Amino acid sequence: MAAARMARGGRAYSGRVIPQSFDSVDGWRTPSPRLLTLRRLEVVGTALVLAIVGGVIAALGAVVWGLAVLATAAVLGVLVERTLKQRFSAWGYLERADDLLVRRGVLFSRLSVVPYGRMQFVDVTAGPLERSFGLATVRLHTAAAASDARIPGLDRTEAARVRDQLAELGEAHLAGL
Amino acid sequence: MTTTTPQQQDWQRLHPLSAVVRGGKLTIALAVVLVPSILLGRENASHGLWDLGAVAILTTLAFISWLVTRWRLDGDDLQIETGLIRRHSERYPLSQLQAIDIVRPGLARMIGVAELRLRIGGSTGAHARLAYLSERDAVPLRDQLLDLASQARRDEPRAPEPATAAAEHLLLAELPTGRLVVSMLLSGVGIVAVLVAVALIATAAVSTRAAVAAISIAGVWILTAGQLVWHRFNQGYRFSVSDTPDGLLLHGGLVALTTETIRPGRVQAVRMVEPLFWRPFGWCRLELDVAGRQKRKGEGREAGRRLRAALPVGTHQLAEELLDRLLPDRPRGALEPPPPRVRWKSPLRYRKLGWSRTRTCVVTRSGRFRRVTCWVPLGKVQSFREVQGPVQRLLDLASVHLDTAGGNVHAILRDRAALEASSALVELVDDARAARAAA
Repeated sequence: MAAARMARGGRAYSGRVIPQSFDSVDGWRTPSPRLLTLRRLEVVGTALVLAIVGGVIAALGAVVWGLAVLATAAVLGVLVERTLKQRFSAWGYLERADDLLVRRGVLFSRLSVVPYGRMQFVDVTAGPLERSFGLATVRLHTAAAASDARIPGLDRTEAARVRDQLAELGEAHLAGL
Repeated sequence: MTTTTPQQQDWQRLHPLSAVVRGGKLTIALAVVLVPSILLGRENASHGLWDLGAVAILTTLAFISWLVTRWRLDGDDLQIETGLIRRHSERYPLSQLQAIDIVRPGLARMIGVAELRLRIGGSTGAHARLAYLSERDAVPLRDQLLDLASQARRDEPRAPEPATAAAEHLLLAELPTGRLVVSMLLSGVGIVAVLVAVALIATAAVSTRAAVAAISIAGVWILTAGQLVWHRFNQGYRFSVSDTPDGLLLHGGLVALTTETIRPGRVQAVRMVEPLFWRPFGWCRLELDVAGRQKRKGEGREAGRRLRAALPVGTHQLAEELLDRLLPDRPRGALEPPPPRVRWKSPLRYRKLGWSRTRTCVVTRSGRFRRVTCWVPLGKVQSFREVQGPVQRLLDLASVHLDTAGGNVHAILRDRAALEASSALVELVDDARAARAAA
């Protein structure tokens, strides 16, 4: 195992073999593909609303303005749609022995590391849209307000598993402030 | 007191005059309005009756609020109950105690009472307030609470009782009033205040009417600024730091006296700020971050963000001595500078950026005009974040954030080479795990 890790570019540090960087670690999981469908639906919905507004404006007589709103809706919709897939595939999480890793973002890429011992509580939320897709968001809270560990679009059963797993590991690793 | 069997005390009440102090300015205003009219003005009997009625109602309310508020020590918990119609019972575990403050506003000092404020760690950052207690009881109660707290946490053995009382309080630093005044004049608010005063005098010399108009227009601002300056002066006046077995003792104040005790090992992060105008004097401010300092409801932005200054203004040498005591394992020596290409992204910050570390402590430095240095013990870090923005990606840079429970000190390894950042993140996470295990 250690040899295999070394072969992938790991190195020895503090007596343990640690990876060169967290990106080279295997085992990253991704949210459910239904999250992508959900996000697409949201974009289409917003574009549709804008288009209707445009149509109403055009019908009321200001044809140029109405068409302008329609065109903007179409262009924005297409642009956002194109980045959705990238943004979706940027999401990832990895449960290690001592900490949880969450990565996200395309323009601003972020990688959060939250040690289980620092976790104060875990909550699972699901909005109406998410619920109709059978999805849920898991969020980790630490004593630091700046901590930002959120995994959206998890399958409901997976969300429950992650929550229980985190709660159990948090209990085992708990450290005082 | 050496046994750990849960002891349940009887319920106790606060000082009967608490409501008078809690009313604060309102009480003073009421006294100013009512006392002369009751003592002298008896020309209108019904008017006097109204006044008496108001006083009676307020007194009754104050009496009821005193009657329904009670507290007790229950084992390792402090329990406070308030409320007449909606009963509110709170339990504060002393094992989570981060710091205790004794606060004595001017009015409280006149009556001889003091407020005990317990800072409890946690995501909500709750405060347990006992306002107000008799001055005589406040200090013994604080010592008792600190005792209980350290017994509740077995991993912090208490130092053996010192032979003399003098050995208990080791004075680390004192703040001369002259230095406080100069430092305030050289701060942002101070310079603005001086400029405004000069401008007003100049205007008055030309035309008195214009000056009066200016004052009436900007009156609120001037008043606010004055309050801020006064507040700072009041806090920093005769400020002293000393080391006691119970932790770091910060004491100061002119009208309102504050005594804060920060328990050992409860400092989440330390920050040293060197404003531009202080640099000729070689002065700096040293601030401590303790858990539970997030902004809360009813607390202004300024109050929420304010850190405990362990040294409101002091020389570098003094700051170093304090740092030695707070973080003996901190990294010393020169910091590692960022790669030269950072100049394109952060031209103002470039010269100040840097970081260094030991196996248990990280130091980072940044700031555009003022230099800000942050120390974070790795065992206290709540989470790590590696962030790369679009400009950073262009230059192959990345930043690593260290999030701490205080929320006011932002230790950031800003603009490092991307490779350095990602390997630093891995190593810091590993070292933090070891530091937590050792704690």
